Amino acid sequence: MGKMHVKMTVNGRAVEALAEPRTLLIHFLRENLDLTGPHIGCDTSHCGACTVDLDGRSVKSCTVFVAQANGADVVTIEGLAAPDGTLHALQEAFRQNHGLQCGFCTPGMITRAWRLLQDNPNPTEEEVRYGISGNLCRCTGYQNIVKAVLAAAAELNAVKEAAE
Amino acid sequence: MNAPVASPIERAEKLQGLGSSRKRVEDARFTQGKGRYVDDIKMPGMLYGDFVRSPYGHARIKSIDASAALAVPGVIAVLTAADLKPLNLHYMPTLAGDVQAVLADEKVLFYGQEVAFVVAEDRYAAADAVELVEVDYEALPALVDPFHAMDADAPELREDLRGKTSGAHGPRRHPNHIFTWEVGDKAATDAAIAAGEVVAEELVSYQRVHPCPLETCGCVASMDKFNGKLTVWGTFQAPHAVRTVASLISGIAEHNIRIVSPDIGGGFGNKVGVYPGYICSIVASIVTGKPVKWVEDRIENLMATAFARDYHMTGTISATRDGRITGLRCHVLADHGAFDACADPTKFPAGFFSICTGSYDIPAAHLVVDGVYTNKAPGGVAYRCSFRVTEASYFIERMIDVLARKLGMDPAEIRLKNFIAKEQFPYTSALGWEYDSGDYRTAMEQGMRAVDYAGLRAEQAENRAAFQRGETRSLMGVGVAFFTEIVGAGPVKNCDILGLGMFDSCEIRIHPTGSAIARLGTISQGQGHATTFAQILATEIGIPASMITVEEGDTDTAPYGLGTYGSRSTPVAGAATAMAGRKIRAKAQMIAAWLLEVHDDDLEWDVDRFVVKGAPERAKTMAEIAFAAYNQAIPGLEPGLEAVSYYDPPNMTYPFGAYICVVDIDVDTGVTTVRRFYALDDCGTRINPMIIEGQVHGGLTEALAIAMGQEISYDEIGNVKGATLMDFYLPTAVETPHWETDFTVTPSPHHPIGAKGVGESPNVGGVSAFSNAVNDAFAHLGLTHTQMPHDHWRVWQTAEKLGITA
Repeated sequence: MGKMHVKMTVNGRAVEALAEPRTLLIHFLRENLDLTGPHIGCDTSHCGACTVDLDGRSVKSCTVFVAQANGADVVTIEGLAAPDGTLHALQEAFRQNHGLQCGFCTPGMITRAWRLLQDNPNPTEEEVRYGISGNLCRCTGYQNIVKAVLAAAAELNAVKEAAE
Repeated sequence: MNAPVASPIERAEKLQGLGSSRKRVEDARFTQGKGRYVDDIKMPGMLYGDFVRSPYGHARIKSIDASAALAVPGVIAVLTAADLKPLNLHYMPTLAGDVQAVLADEKVLFYGQEVAFVVAEDRYAAADAVELVEVDYEALPALVDPFHAMDADAPELREDLRGKTSGAHGPRRHPNHIFTWEVGDKAATDAAIAAGEVVAEELVSYQRVHPCPLETCGCVASMDKFNGKLTVWGTFQAPHAVRTVASLISGIAEHNIRIVSPDIGGGFGNKVGVYPGYICSIVASIVTGKPVKWVEDRIENLMATAFARDYHMTGTISATRDGRITGLRCHVLADHGAFDACADPTKFPAGFFSICTGSYDIPAAHLVVDGVYTNKAPGGVAYRCSFRVTEASYFIERMIDVLARKLGMDPAEIRLKNFIAKEQFPYTSALGWEYDSGDYRTAMEQGMRAVDYAGLRAEQAENRAAFQRGETRSLMGVGVAFFTEIVGAGPVKNCDILGLGMFDSCEIRIHPTGSAIARLGTISQGQGHATTFAQILATEIGIPASMITVEEGDTDTAPYGLGTYGSRSTPVAGAATAMAGRKIRAKAQMIAAWLLEVHDDDLEWDVDRFVVKGAPERAKTMAEIAFAAYNQAIPGLEPGLEAVSYYDPPNMTYPFGAYICVVDIDVDTGVTTVRRFYALDDCGTRINPMIIEGQVHGGLTEALAIAMGQEISYDEIGNVKGATLMDFYLPTAVETPHWETDFTVTPSPHHPIGAKGVGESPNVGGVSAFSNAVNDAFAHLGLTHTQMPHDHWRVWQTAEKLGITA
């Protein structure tokens, strides 16, 4: 199959490559760019393990063709820590609250929560549960994930207040 | 003058040993997307394998034409049974003493069965080629209902077994019969039931479900022709067993095989078995000389790799009029699918199902299990439980409730009345298990107090009255479940898999500067072994957990072990870890004695150091001892500080717990809301409470999924009716309730640190609690039992049958 020239910004870095237009974004990220943080869990856009941020929205990258992402601004789990390596509040909160076990859903879950907290910086527990309901976890029973997202929201708000 | 020595309590806290809710060392890489799972492995020249699968439940293969597939650019090979036959690799041994077709040989026996293996330069080319392999089938009548498997006119499934009147577990009385397993005293049980003042009977079915870890199964096989070494990275819950099996199948000497389990994205029993994808990848790598990756997709995972349960359990239970149980009879019809690929210890074809007398002092019991073949996927793995223990627990917990209804007794009261008493431990059950320890009454009463059980029943009585008056359309159900698990398989004298005794192992090396590495025969799939095993060692050898690396999963470096499943890591490998630590300490004591110029016996252990008895200022810390082990010539002692322990447990461990669940059911829609769930677990000594609670949350959520929605179902011609996550229920954060956790501590008397294992308890106890709650909601209307899963449709049907829907 013929290849197309794709260009996009991934984690702030301009990338370009030749890829079959039918290539799924998740495969492009994992295999062409070696960004193996987002995972493939179901192939049918149910589990959310492949969640990345595309032009300011959470998407399941197993259901996006690379052609559709041409020119887009993409953020993956690998792009969340500060350039100096400081973890994002969500990454730290997941560890502090035991919000992960096998780690397979974690990159998608955190990337989704990262967008959720930008859309709604003060979510209730119910809003967090709805907000991450496109991401499945088989290990944690969600309770500590929800706790982690709420803790990260509080931390981010405290930092923001201190800066103001 | 020396700085004052910190108090033992302060020093113990710094170690972060047993009892510390230490944060996990695994998390840093996972939260940054730097885990390394099998599909993350990329090697130069790596090829991709993909399966052509059967679209029939039962059919004869007339021909396979791969020419169009081979013409796809990038396709290297298409393997079929004809290619594997000359190598004698078209069948492989299963863990249950049967064989399973690697690629279908002349016949397909289940929907989704592996028929051909396409190998290509990238996964897209492989997928394209799969579509182009032309297989000509002749459909045969499919056998779907296990209750008809042994009918005289049932289709014969396993032509390869024709004429074999005996299998791995004894005589076969029909071509579709696998085994009969009988335990207990039939005559005594028949007599007890015949004399029973009250007798209850029920068919309790546990539907076919699937462990469905978020990461599917897969591997990368790489044959290095130049040094003759085969390396396979894969989703293996038992890497050493896989190495031995791979050696036996392939004829490659075991030292030339290296099996590596990288990070595993959840297992829950799904990753115990050996699958055709692994064998085909190995063959393809040997044939092509290149690394070959195979990773199944979710649909393949749900329809072809190991299912769980599918037990149809007919029970009879007898009691005195005042509710004392006198006898229990159980017949199980076990649907094993097309090949017997159960993951059970060899001598236990139905696993530890004979724990089905549960937590109760039942004087007479008799069990018969019949395993049969059907046109369904093989498996029968322990989905987040010890071997067939969830089935057993579900069976007895439903039977107790059914009996309670018949007696007009409260479900909690009948349990309290029949519990094995604390003083009876060690207790030998009527079906032969020696329960190591327990205090069931304390746990049950603590749970009843925590939820205000009497208050819940009073509220339920009001709810029923209000429903009767037409003031509400919602019914309240209270589910009580008490479970006893049997985990930590197991004593080598009666537990083996493929002849491999089920011990486990730990090897420790202390480095000169006082840090350490421990290697184990187990493999974490999310349980946090790198965190918790370091805690066991920290307490044993006085080195901070943060200075102990725990490594698992590489057969070239780890000591031989049987792996992680059946909640066996803490009971067996955890014990090996403690014992290896004690060997380190024994040598350290001799080194300290030499350094302090005293006799060994004049020293005592104090958290992280040996001190001279009566002279606490004279001491050597483990770090000082470690350095001395490498730089001093000590008469009579070899240099270095290392130890290895292979631990053969003297008995299983028996965790238990009391679970109480409250549901509200909208009778007009069947929508069932879990209002409250209380879980008290007793897993003996608690290593890391944070991780224990996390395990309980997760196990309960899996139990919720099973009880309320999961099912792998087949239509009458053997098609899987739904094998995506659209159809197969995994709860989201919205349906999942808040979990209340609690505990008691009854240490195991035979485990070095008294720990019993916890990962699977919540699934074992949880399923019964949910199901009992749903049944309880309708109990006053005469319902005794309704089959799982309790999804909205089925619950609504139950209400409809009872004539209470709008």
